Amino acid sequence: MTGALSKVYFFLIGLFLAAPMIVVAGVSVNAKQTLAFPPKGFSLSWYGEIFLNPEWRNALFASLTLAILSAALAVAIALPLAWFLWRRIAPWANIFQLLGIAPFTLPPVITALGLLTFWATTGFYGQPWTAVVSHAIFFVTLPLVTLSLGFTAIDRSLVEAAATMGADDKTIFRTVVLPLILPYIVSGYAFAFVLSLNEYIVAYMTVGFTMETLPIKIFNALRYGYTPTMASVTILFVATAAIIFSLVARFGDLPKLLGAMSSDDT
Amino acid sequence: MSGLALNNVTKEFGTFTAVNNVELMVPHGTFVCMLGPSGCGKTTLLRMIAGLDLPTGGAIRLDGEDITHVPTHKRNLGMVFQSLALFPHLTVGENIAYPLRIRGVPKEDQKKRVDELLSMIHLSGYADRPVAKLSGGQRQRVAIARALSISPKLFLLDEPLSALDAKLREAMQVELRQLQQKLGITTIVVTHDQREAMTMADTVVVMKGGEIRQAASPIEIYRRPADTFVADFIGSTNLLEAEADGTGAVAVLGQPVSGVSLGAGVRKATLSIRPEDVHLTAPGNGALSGTVTFVRDLGGTIETFVDIAGRQLVAVSTPRARPDVTVGQPVGVVLLPDVCVVLAK
Amino acid sequence: MRREAPQKLSDYGPLFFPATMLIVFFVVPFATMIAVSFFQRQQGGFYVPAFQFANYERFLSLFFANVLGFSLMLAVTVAICCVVLAVPFTYLLTRMRRKVQIVWLVALLSVLSLSEVIIGFAWSTLFSRTAGITNLLVMAGIMSEAKALLPSFGAVLTGMVYQAFPYTVLVLYPALVRLDPTLTEAARTLGASPIKAFFTVVVPALRNTITATLIMVFIFALGSYLLPQLLGRPQHWTLSVLITDQAIYQSNMPFAAAMAVFLVLVTLGLVALTVLAGRKGEAA
Repeated sequence: MTGALSKVYFFLIGLFLAAPMIVVAGVSVNAKQTLAFPPKGFSLSWYGEIFLNPEWRNALFASLTLAILSAALAVAIALPLAWFLWRRIAPWANIFQLLGIAPFTLPPVITALGLLTFWATTGFYGQPWTAVVSHAIFFVTLPLVTLSLGFTAIDRSLVEAAATMGADDKTIFRTVVLPLILPYIVSGYAFAFVLSLNEYIVAYMTVGFTMETLPIKIFNALRYGYTPTMASVTILFVATAAIIFSLVARFGDLPKLLGAMSSDDT
Repeated sequence: MSGLALNNVTKEFGTFTAVNNVELMVPHGTFVCMLGPSGCGKTTLLRMIAGLDLPTGGAIRLDGEDITHVPTHKRNLGMVFQSLALFPHLTVGENIAYPLRIRGVPKEDQKKRVDELLSMIHLSGYADRPVAKLSGGQRQRVAIARALSISPKLFLLDEPLSALDAKLREAMQVELRQLQQKLGITTIVVTHDQREAMTMADTVVVMKGGEIRQAASPIEIYRRPADTFVADFIGSTNLLEAEADGTGAVAVLGQPVSGVSLGAGVRKATLSIRPEDVHLTAPGNGALSGTVTFVRDLGGTIETFVDIAGRQLVAVSTPRARPDVTVGQPVGVVLLPDVCVVLAK
Repeated sequence: MRREAPQKLSDYGPLFFPATMLIVFFVVPFATMIAVSFFQRQQGGFYVPAFQFANYERFLSLFFANVLGFSLMLAVTVAICCVVLAVPFTYLLTRMRRKVQIVWLVALLSVLSLSEVIIGFAWSTLFSRTAGITNLLVMAGIMSEAKALLPSFGAVLTGMVYQAFPYTVLVLYPALVRLDPTLTEAARTLGASPIKAFFTVVVPALRNTITATLIMVFIFALGSYLLPQLLGRPQHWTLSVLITDQAIYQSNMPFAAAMAVFLVLVTLGLVALTVLAGRKGEAA
């Protein structure tokens, strides 16, 4: 009886999560440029539009470039920090852990506005690279959390064993720590990448007037009326996120990354 | 019929059979210990009796009533978990009162019963303490009191003493047995500690690979094990290969012995002989001949290791009957027929 | 490995890059924002340095009191809705087979990563007259004519719950996974039905986790900047929307900064209050 009840509950939650996507997917295959559901006719041309229409294609490339670079920078900031905190006893250095977590925990408008005033004051406002730095700072939380988790999972006696065999700190990092932490680097990168791809407010406040990322493009398009390309881009985004997170789950331990204690908990 | 009956109880997880066709009758008021190595199915069997797992075959009856598909919370039982599972958000008293509260027992009656139980477990005055502030032994007692607060028909315990240190564990074993005898409640304990089982149980059920190998009183299990697994698992023993030539002559490890019979028509068997039953004498005179390889003097007991044709045998003796042997010395081993248990190959 | 305090200056090496980046691009911008909140707005440009409280004085109006009140009310409502929906959901999820859990986690992460723009667009489509769910109701014969369900408070609330629900589940997940499963089993052997066991054992045992989650979701919901704009009417605009609006469209950065500082203070203040209340409750 309770089993049936929970199945119904899960179905309803699933429906709630999927409903907007189902409608948008339906809209995205309309034959004509109409906002109709159920769709009138069937056409995949709105998906082609993302790659054929130069405006959408440029936005796609801008978003991809931004996500690839900013996620890499975020990992580059998080990795040495997480390693240092694991390797050394330096309580005051925990302040940087806190600083790394703050940008993502505060309301995003705050971080965005802080960066906007900073770039405006320093005179770099509108330069494309400022978006990369802004996103890297905004999303540094994600690799920082996954990497800290990854380091705590490393048995310290492994490092001791390597030291007894004659490895110095650098060699230990390269031959023992790095291979063990690699899955966490990859998932931290993946989280930052997907979120950067989707991010709107920070990108908009920093480079919104000089560069169009996909979310900015969708929002701008939304203000000037409707085009089914928005729907096809949305579906493309959801599919990309689902594929990347599935890959993380396939090659890593997703429940553990999200805080479950051990992998054999079922 | 009064008591708990398991009929052909089976539990399969996919292709793995955790419990296979278990038949067991537990008369009302008895104390049963289920004993076996980890993965033998004893915990799964206990969870099925509790209704936490459903059998894939067979039936469970309590006092003649089929309870196989009765949900756990309607079985009116008391269970102590290995982790104890004391509710961290409730005090000692609230934990013990929980089953009463769930059943809508009036507040004053709850309080009376809690006081009664607390005095039974020697923790009077602890009702308002948080459970986190208790010692291991005290938490143990609270878990027991909570399980007994509704005076259940069935008292189940899953490795209840495994978290305690050795001394406390021994004391709790005695206490638990005395409590059970006072209340006369049907009790089933799962354990992997044979000493615990020997101390507490009326009936010991030895399990392996999801099956019951033997169910009998502790002394019967020790003296008359049903097979080599039980003989080896309960206490320590010497298992020796024996062969009969068909004319009544029997050879153990290739050497002829007298007075031992393997039974009619049996050509090959295993003899189980407890170390305390092994007698060492001078070589010859029909004794098995071997060589002393090691002497372990533990003060209270002395273990002598003897090599016979490449097989090792252990003899245990008290300091008073200390055998006069040194390492490397040839020695004779006497197998007294009345202490040898013949086990089928 | 023995963890040890850094001995030589070079031991601090790994810290250099992350510390510089975080200080230059997070601490300094944050300080800049605070400074700008005291500056004077310059028509046509950004602002000129000054030290005035004019930007803060503008809060002392009924309009801002209303916006602040509405923002807080909306965030609290979203937090309560999400936690009420997510606690049983996450609890049941953690009791499922690992493979099923992973499928749900992937789905939740995918929704969580969606931009507010996309969530706003998707729900505005779902609630629209021409492509919305009302068309299905018309087809099923329940309604006579399709109609738009937005802009409305219900639409804003639905969109924000949709946005915050996956976040809530993921915040609750670690604590619920670690909850000793024998606690509910014990409750069941002691006579509690599964539903009763959930309310008498799971929920009380997780009291602190649930409070912490409420705060986290509350802050998350306070940050919503587009959904009230896309799904609601101007009276449904929150402080985050106003900050965005002032900074981008009204080009009044000092005022936007003042509001942002105010939002941070309100957020931190409420969190501190809740934590304090929680401590007191525990001590009693």
